[in-house]
Amino acid sequence: MSEQTITVDIWRGREDGRFQTFEVPRMASQTVLDVVTYVQRNLDPGLSYRFACRVGVCGSCAMTVNGKPRWTCRTHVDKVAGDATGGRLKIQPLRNLPVIRDLAVDMAEFFEKWTQAKAHFVPTKTRDDDFQQVSPDDPQRKEATAGIECINCGVCYAGCDTVAGLASYLGPAALNRAWTLVNDVRDGGQADRLKAISGVGGCQSCHTQQTCFELCPKHLNPTAAIAGLKRATVKALIKGDL
Amino acid sequence: MSHRNHPVYWAFLVHRLSGLALLAFLPFHFYVLALAIEEAATLDKFLSWTEAPLVKLAETVLIIALAAHMTGGLRILAVEFLAWRDWQKSVVAVTGGLSVAAGLIFLLNAG
Repeated sequence: MSEQTITVDIWRGREDGRFQTFEVPRMASQTVLDVVTYVQRNLDPGLSYRFACRVGVCGSCAMTVNGKPRWTCRTHVDKVAGDATGGRLKIQPLRNLPVIRDLAVDMAEFFEKWTQAKAHFVPTKTRDDDFQQVSPDDPQRKEATAGIECINCGVCYAGCDTVAGLASYLGPAALNRAWTLVNDVRDGGQADRLKAISGVGGCQSCHTQQTCFELCPKHLNPTAAIAGLKRATVKALIKGDL
Repeated sequence: MSHRNHPVYWAFLVHRLSGLALLAFLPFHFYVLALAIEEAATLDKFLSWTEAPLVKLAETVLIIALAAHMTGGLRILAVEFLAWRDWQKSVVAVTGGLSVAAGLIFLLNAG
């Protein structure tokens, strides 16, 4: 097995960079992150990339692998470097975000948009109040639960053509988080949030291409969340709340 | 780009491209309709030209584009105004099937 290698083209530099080719030994159950780590530790210590947990929890290692944004720590080389790609790997930084260097992108605008979408919990109770009773079977709670496991990896944001074409678009992840809060009965920021996620760059800008749903490594469905927000904004508009 | 290679994205493309095609077609359509009032002889000449097999074939493509745009639009309305359904790709398949069926029905009656 140690005799076998895989050819890997890795993006170097910033937006105006170039690909550099490496030969990396193949190993059993090797992930794309393993390949990048091998290059950095054995072939070129100057390679910049980002990772932390290595087990699909932290959401920091997403990169573009053979044209598709993916979480590299949970992407096996076997799965993505098949015959269709000539057995090669092509690793680039995530799309739609400024490249800092090599495979590391600046996530600042991605998180800035969560803030713009008012995708944070606004408490309505104090420590003196009793616990809010929320049944897990409540339909609204089920909507919130369906979207809550986002790890902020940015894969949906990188895959979204609306983000690529409209700089102000909040993106699937921020809108998905907003939808979980719209369905949170304890939250007191509903009117402000619906205003924040409406209009140009808001949920109505989504073209329903569903690439976010297709790519999400956690199998969440931001498109369904955005569709829910569209309905919520129409309801608010009819009521005169928007 | 491979991240776009999935059925719902194709459906988006078909919807957008058929919309643009219909936008380009409509002015000609209205122009021909206007001939009925202004220039009856030219209209008759045009209508006999539309009997040509190749024009019929082009019309079939137009019918398919029109049906695809309508069914695609209904699909989008359903996504945005009805509760979410997980069988999105099946809906895309149905819209595609209906569009082709519309074209075939037109072809059957074209002779």
